[in-house]
Amino acid sequence: MSFLKINDLSVDYKMRRETIYAAKNVNIDVNRGEILGLVGESGSGKSTVGNAIINLIDEPGRVSNGSIVLDGIDIHKDPENITKYRGKKIGLIFQDPQTSLNPILTIGEQLIETIQTHLSLSSEEAKNKSINLLKEVGIKDAESRFNNYPHQFSGGMRQRVVISLALCCEPELLIADEPTTALDVSIQSQILDLIKRLTKERNLAVILITHDMGVIAETTDRVAVMKNGDLVEIGPTKEILTKPKEIYTRSLVSSVPPTDKKISRFKIIEKEKKGQSDTNIKILNRWVKKEISNKDLVQIKNLSKTFDDSFFTESSKNSVMAVNDVSFNIKEGESFGLVGESGSGKSTIAKMIVNLFRPTSGDIYFNDVCITKIKSNKEMMKFRKQIQMIFQDPYSSLNGRLKVKDIVSEPIKLHNPSISSIDLDNYIFDLLESVELSQQSAERYPHEFSGGQRQRISIARALATQPRLLVCDEPTSALDVSIQAQILNLLKDLQEQLNLTILFISHDLPVVRQMCDRIAVLKNGKLCEISKTEELFKNPSHNYTKELLELMPKIESIYN
Amino acid sequence: MLVVAFVSFSLFNFVGDPINNMVGEETSDEERAELRETLGLNDPVYMQFSRFVVNASQGEFGISYQLRRPVSDLISERLPATLELVIISAIIALVSGTLLGVYTGINRKGFLSDTILAISLLGVSLPTFVIGILFIYLFAVILGILPSFGRGEVVDLGFWSTGFLTISGLKAIILPSVTLSLFQMTYIIRLVRAEMMEILQTDYIKFARARGIKEKSIHYKHALKNGLIPVITIAGINIGTLIAFSIITETVFQWPGMGFLFIQAVKFVDIPIMSAYLVFIAFVFVMINFIVDILYYFIDPRIRVKSEAVSG
Amino acid sequence: MDNQRLTLFNRIKDSDVYFSFIKSPTAIVSSIILVIIFFCSFFVEIVAPFNPFDPASLSLMDAFTPPSWSEEGVAKFVLGTDGQGRDMLSTILYGSRISLIVGFSAILFSLMLGVTLGLTAGYFGGKYEMIVMRLTDVQLTVPSILMALLVDGIARGIISRELHDEMAIYVLIFAIGISEWPQFARVSRAATLVEKNKDYVSASTIIGLSNVLIMFKHILPNIMRPVLVIGTIGLALAIIAESTLSFLGVGVPPTTPSLGTLIRIGNDFLFSGEWWITFFPSIFLIILAFSINLLGDWMRDTLNPKLN
Repeated sequence: MSFLKINDLSVDYKMRRETIYAAKNVNIDVNRGEILGLVGESGSGKSTVGNAIINLIDEPGRVSNGSIVLDGIDIHKDPENITKYRGKKIGLIFQDPQTSLNPILTIGEQLIETIQTHLSLSSEEAKNKSINLLKEVGIKDAESRFNNYPHQFSGGMRQRVVISLALCCEPELLIADEPTTALDVSIQSQILDLIKRLTKERNLAVILITHDMGVIAETTDRVAVMKNGDLVEIGPTKEILTKPKEIYTRSLVSSVPPTDKKISRFKIIEKEKKGQSDTNIKILNRWVKKEISNKDLVQIKNLSKTFDDSFFTESSKNSVMAVNDVSFNIKEGESFGLVGESGSGKSTIAKMIVNLFRPTSGDIYFNDVCITKIKSNKEMMKFRKQIQMIFQDPYSSLNGRLKVKDIVSEPIKLHNPSISSIDLDNYIFDLLESVELSQQSAERYPHEFSGGQRQRISIARALATQPRLLVCDEPTSALDVSIQAQILNLLKDLQEQLNLTILFISHDLPVVRQMCDRIAVLKNGKLCEISKTEELFKNPSHNYTKELLELMPKIESIYN
Repeated sequence: MLVVAFVSFSLFNFVGDPINNMVGEETSDEERAELRETLGLNDPVYMQFSRFVVNASQGEFGISYQLRRPVSDLISERLPATLELVIISAIIALVSGTLLGVYTGINRKGFLSDTILAISLLGVSLPTFVIGILFIYLFAVILGILPSFGRGEVVDLGFWSTGFLTISGLKAIILPSVTLSLFQMTYIIRLVRAEMMEILQTDYIKFARARGIKEKSIHYKHALKNGLIPVITIAGINIGTLIAFSIITETVFQWPGMGFLFIQAVKFVDIPIMSAYLVFIAFVFVMINFIVDILYYFIDPRIRVKSEAVSG
Repeated sequence: MDNQRLTLFNRIKDSDVYFSFIKSPTAIVSSIILVIIFFCSFFVEIVAPFNPFDPASLSLMDAFTPPSWSEEGVAKFVLGTDGQGRDMLSTILYGSRISLIVGFSAILFSLMLGVTLGLTAGYFGGKYEMIVMRLTDVQLTVPSILMALLVDGIARGIISRELHDEMAIYVLIFAIGISEWPQFARVSRAATLVEKNKDYVSASTIIGLSNVLIMFKHILPNIMRPVLVIGTIGLALAIIAESTLSFLGVGVPPTTPSLGTLIRIGNDFLFSGEWWITFFPSIFLIILAFSINLLGDWMRDTLNPKLN
């Protein structure tokens, strides 16, 4: 019999206008010693299920149906009793280690408190137990670090502390809600290895909630797929990923960027829009298409940027060198990738190219003109037309108070002040259709659109001035994997038809492999290597690149 | 501080002709010139300013225009009255404000919470002087149990005269201090409540719940401790505000403190008192800010431990 | 276009703000009260039964008449009369007009000054921001009453006595306005910092918009929410401040009495039994401030995205 059995679980939230059914009759089982992955896109209900198990659902949500049977006992029968299970039988960890710990208590205090809540141990015994736990999760100098405060630990270390807190009272079930999403790839693999080891050593039953298919492939034994509150299918990981039965699962799996080869387009199985087989992009009619020569459109020479913390101290104690002597070139018409983890400087470089900051030293040449030396605004405007950017967060990149048509028309009106209003409207409609949005979208407000659609609006805005260079800063990192596939396809199409040059920035290696011709790898502000994409993936020369490729979660690993 | 001194000084000198304000109209021109000379008003500005600062740091502010007595004497006479009032009010406001704030923050719904909140909103809407008048009317006129003005008997301790040691003194301080504290107390209640509510939504509280920590412990050990941090800043500013609002309360209750003095000064454009009061207030505020910063250092480990790491 | 107008109306109706308003009895009640008060104050010449400033209409014989429901009361003087025979109701209405004018103007002045400084400080940063923030910090440690008193005192010293009465209202508006601007600056700056980091601002810069346009077309509308909350509460504070100052005798001149002045005058008669002269203006002031605060409180709760 399974250790944990979730029967017909339903959770709904009564909102002011409607009731949201976050989970609908979900049936899941987990055994000891196995890791069950719970995967789904945003809104699938996976987190809800995790929280529902220990009844951490906040109002106005409530568990409306179903039972949760742990080791033979229905733990929801008596709602008062649930607190006894929390921590003692069931441990739960969250996504963000930064906010999961109380900043004003030492981790030792937080550990001892948790231990003494459930086990009757003296302070001395509790302390010893805590220190052993810290060692077990891989924290060096456990004795001295016992008295440290959370802010004295780095992100990965903090997550280890969080894991130790969740396990300190010897629970038998561990629920991990996106435990590595906020961490860098290298740290991510360490934490996942830790979880795997603990599962074996303590014979835990583990539910690993994530949206990352690569993580699922490498870490889980079985997997449950959820969509919009429904359980789509559940089974051994290998089976589900290699031979998915349901359409949704198939489309999910095919949307994941392959890590082992380059494909031209992502296969979209579930199409939400009516036929848009018309591959001719509307905006092409107005576009002054530039011919592609083999020269360099952008040249970055010895670029450096240092950020200072305070204005008045001259000491460089607080300064951060975000970008350190980076040089590379981007050819016309090519798609150039800039890859690195957080703190690598990739975003900073992008922001300097679009002139959001000035470099501390070094130069940027666009079309053979040194744009870093331009002082006058008027001169700069000419270049602003040609270099545009799309951003990571679809929610903050559009001004919620303006209608879509105002957002898109702003750059047009700025650079073509004499455009007639009819021309303007037509131009806007063309732009919207080119990003596969209807003409009616123009009259709507951003909050009426989904994340993916908002990114399309951003793209339309960026294309409005007919730029030659489009800088894409993590454009799909905040989107679900199926939406990501659509947006990436769109970008590919646009590039092809409009002869755009693209600078693609991401931390996600598989995505970069699909989108770029050449790639530069950055670490801590320094350039590690630049190669053609296939070269880089098959024959990386720098150690760091090798490490990244090694550690990135691959969905293909399921075949091993 | 220097900025404040400068402002006071400019007040002193440029607002109206000091001489005209000080002497009556019958004084002859010669006598005025003489006075000017003695007071050093003919000296260049920077000399006057430095003299001002030197004098000020020794507590010497010149002579009140209106009352013809040294300002420093006036202030030291009135100081204890105001300070006693402020201290009692501060204690009442902080203690009850925090308690009620925590209660309403934890129990978000419920009749008692709503009532407290409604009353606190009322408290913010009531101008201090109205409360004062109402209290006087209620307790002094109708019920007749508490005095309606004055300080009661005071005991002179040499440099300080206190009303704490006499029954009438204690009785007299009740109404004014409650009046004074009311406005601040309601503000604190709302602030603490907002803090508590925000904290209770954080991830670390959620995680604590997920670990099975008891609700009571969560509220007091985890949430409250974090919530008190911003309250300390507020407490500091609070004392400052209380001193300012004491002006009103003192007027209503005819409490012989510095605030009352200041009002008279404003009415009669008595510059020395005004500038002295300003300097004094500034000094108090700077001291309070300083103390608050030190307190922060001790309470928030994020600040304390980082500095140790840098130096050690 | 009809289409657009319709969507604006629907947008309002559909919005969360409207919904929360309809559902909140306190918001509705306080708004109604405020609307009535505003209306009466603006059209006071029509609404008030008497003109208390017309010496011809006064008669000392009517002085000290208690409210109409007490024994010696008279029907035509609903709330009684004061020591000069003026009808209380009328004086209160005229007084509230003064209080409202001063309160509104002061807050408006404060808002414009504070928001402009806060917005530009948050946007441009650097030394300019530091200076502005220091200024607000310094001024915030000084309680507003004190600030207003100081400014008033200085003004008195500068302006001669005769001119002072005429200018008193402007001085008062300026004094209260100056004392409240740091709140607006603080809030605007904080909100601007948040918005500044959002990508749509970066996008606007990349497109080539001028700084001024970005600040006022893009950022300003997005920071108005918290500013409005502070504004409402500030309005209540300004009105209370004005009445406090008038009560203390350093506010509006006696020729144009505000609610505070009335309370002060009435205070003298409190102990001799003519309680209504101070009581009614006080109650009116309390209702006014309370309604504004209720509305402000509701606004704060509605516009706060965190408290769900």
